[in-house]
Amino acid sequence: MGQTDTFSFITPFEKEYPDKLKNIPDAPAGLYVRGKVPVESEITVAVVGARDCSEYGRYVAEELGTFLGKSGVTVVSGMARGIDGISQWAALEAGGTSIGILGCGVDICYPARNRALFDRLSEQGTIISEYPPGTPPRPMNFPARNRIVSGLADAVVVIEARCRSGTLITVDMALEQGKEVFVVPGRVTDRLSDGCNRLIKQGAAIMLSPEELLEELRELKEQSREHIAAAVPAKGNKNHKARYEKDKENQKEQKHQKERKQEEQISDLPPELRKVYQALDFYPQSVEQIMEHLSFETSQRQVAVQLIRLCMENKAIQVSPGHFSIVMK
Amino acid sequence: MYSTITTGALQGVSAYLVSVETDISPGLPTLNLVGSLSQEVREARDRVGVALRNVGLNLPPSRITVNLAPANRRKDGTAFDLPIAVGLLAAMNQISPKRIENTLFLGELGLDGEIKGVPGVLPIVREAACRGMEECIIPSVNAMEGALIPNITVRGVSSLQELFPFLQSEGDEGEKLVPAVFLDTMKLFQEKAAERAADFSEVSGQETAKRGAEIAAAGFHNLLMVGPPGAGKSMIAKRIPGILPPLTLEESLEVTSIASVAGLLKEGQEIVTKRPFQNPHHTITQAALVGGSMIPRPGMISLAHRGVLFLDELPEFQRAALDSLRQPLEEQEVHITRVNGTVTYPSDFMLVCAMNPCPCGFYPDTGKCRCTEPLVRRYMGKVSGPILDRIDLCVELQAVDIASLKGGKKVESSEIIRKRVMKARKIQDERFKGTPYRFNGDIQAADMERYCTLGKEEQHYMEKLFHNLNLSARAYYRILKVARTIADLEGVPEIGEAHLLEASFYRPAQEYWNAKNGFIT
Repeated sequence: MGQTDTFSFITPFEKEYPDKLKNIPDAPAGLYVRGKVPVESEITVAVVGARDCSEYGRYVAEELGTFLGKSGVTVVSGMARGIDGISQWAALEAGGTSIGILGCGVDICYPARNRALFDRLSEQGTIISEYPPGTPPRPMNFPARNRIVSGLADAVVVIEARCRSGTLITVDMALEQGKEVFVVPGRVTDRLSDGCNRLIKQGAAIMLSPEELLEELRELKEQSREHIAAAVPAKGNKNHKARYEKDKENQKEQKHQKERKQEEQISDLPPELRKVYQALDFYPQSVEQIMEHLSFETSQRQVAVQLIRLCMENKAIQVSPGHFSIVMK
Repeated sequence: MYSTITTGALQGVSAYLVSVETDISPGLPTLNLVGSLSQEVREARDRVGVALRNVGLNLPPSRITVNLAPANRRKDGTAFDLPIAVGLLAAMNQISPKRIENTLFLGELGLDGEIKGVPGVLPIVREAACRGMEECIIPSVNAMEGALIPNITVRGVSSLQELFPFLQSEGDEGEKLVPAVFLDTMKLFQEKAAERAADFSEVSGQETAKRGAEIAAAGFHNLLMVGPPGAGKSMIAKRIPGILPPLTLEESLEVTSIASVAGLLKEGQEIVTKRPFQNPHHTITQAALVGGSMIPRPGMISLAHRGVLFLDELPEFQRAALDSLRQPLEEQEVHITRVNGTVTYPSDFMLVCAMNPCPCGFYPDTGKCRCTEPLVRRYMGKVSGPILDRIDLCVELQAVDIASLKGGKKVESSEIIRKRVMKARKIQDERFKGTPYRFNGDIQAADMERYCTLGKEEQHYMEKLFHNLNLSARAYYRILKVARTIADLEGVPEIGEAHLLEASFYRPAQEYWNAKNGFIT
């Protein structure tokens, strides 16, 4: 190998071995660690989801990753294409830290396209694998590494998952390990959100915004601490009401925030361009589809011109030769 | 006794004259053919001998030598049968010398004396007319084709029995036996050109694709259509020849010549007036696409000369076949070299390609498409980069929904679109007068500044576009070219901001396919 200096090996008997992992069933016998040895932060969140995500998934993953990174929450994920990598990169960009769990040796960058993320994680974050260096990325390794992803986290957030997605394996592991599962809902017509919506139906918690997620996680942590300390059952009803009231307040505030944010986005756009922007969606639409959402009379050519103008302003993205999605920053 | 008969042979799509020299001299009875002949020309010896005997003309028991001059050029095909037969008759003193003077003969013989049609009549007759020949005697099947050429008398004959009395006759008497064929080329051309073809008014919806086709037609840009199966890609491609300006008579003769050389003119068809549309299957070989085989034949790209070559399912084509398009796309002609020399075929065509966006065909509709990103990437990678580099416009079609099929909206006809295209072409004609260029699609990067001048503001805007859309240098030039055409369609001399933006909308795919889901870069 000759690169022993770039990674270390830790066993459950060493103090560097994460406590969280000690308690899960089938805990790994040892971990190869590249980068910083993981410091246990107060809260750790695993963000998982589809490899081939939509612009919607990308937006949510970016927003969540950035917020968690800023809040000092460690983001754990599988460094895969799509949601995994996007959320981890966003967390690192925001100055936070992140742990990438690999299904291959820690000296192999898989997928190869995530090289930049791999390098940055080795410096700013951590890369962990239970497989010895040199192990190629074998398909059977990936479901197994998912138990480490969920095991290292306090909660798992699922952003976009198809009906029979590998992401759902991580969720199963998380439930087995007794972790909280949060799901980002999608449209019922969207196949990329089928898995998520199914989880919600089965009783998973819903993530509406990163801020709320963090607050709920902190509350949960608090509760469990009290729970252990006093061994007094939580006053369910009273708590529930208080939570409801708080939720209502939150809602109001959030609504204002979102509206303000959107307004800022489009305040400097000329009126027609603004309307085209408002007709855009996270789901790719063709010019013809966008035209159907426009109330005023216009032509294919004008809309095409305006769409490119929006792309230039970085407010839209041309995902394929004729399809456009909204970009929210 | 000795005689000389004139005939012609093909060299690519042009022709040259060949003289058939016949000598009958005393000696052991034999019939010798010389002059660098291929197998099928040599076989003429048997065909001619038998055919003559079967119409009651026996060859004399002498030593007969037939030479096809120029003797150093390889001759193939069966069109030498008739001139050899006539040469023999002339050497036998059976016909009046006046009849073969300044006359070109061409045709294949059957054993019963029938005169059969041959390919390439049009270019040979044209060459004959250019060289000052006065008359052509050709198979009656090909007579109309030959008659397209002015300033030369064309007679069609269907058998030796019909031809022989004519050759024996003197003066006006012959006119009754085998009358000359007359054709009012101009009138015929206009009549045929007015015939109706597939029309854009039959395509409802797909405004983006139609607009793309219009721009491509106006500037002679190559076009790529991407879309799911059944979206109407072939339907639109088939209608593109209809919005190109109609063929001029000169162009029409060129196209007819190629069809004639390839032997593709239908019986009774005199002239091709519609712009060609060729859509070869994706299993086509390189030789069939660009031309070739042992005896060179024009390929699909030459058959699409002055028209549209449509490659459906672009990624499925053999890479070698696609790559062989590079030189013809650049030079508008293709050189094919074989043992017997090099032939050049014209290949000035508009390339229209179609492909699915991913192996299953439904990307970016995540509801239907389950292709992973590496899979999509691999599928795109099958199309060779140098070919994509030569494509200026890319449009994406969407699956047709019922609402647009029902129609109700008024749809433009091909004629209206063609009028706009012709207006833009006229502007280009004036712009490129005295230059090697003909269309905006031809402009090379070096001359971009000259023809696609931008104002100060537009220049600034284009720079912004370049940075914000993350364009490559190639994409930059393509956008300029297409913007020029869009401005021409509007009849505006200066390229404006809106033109640049619209051109960017149609910029070909590579850039964003590379960026797809690439979350970091």
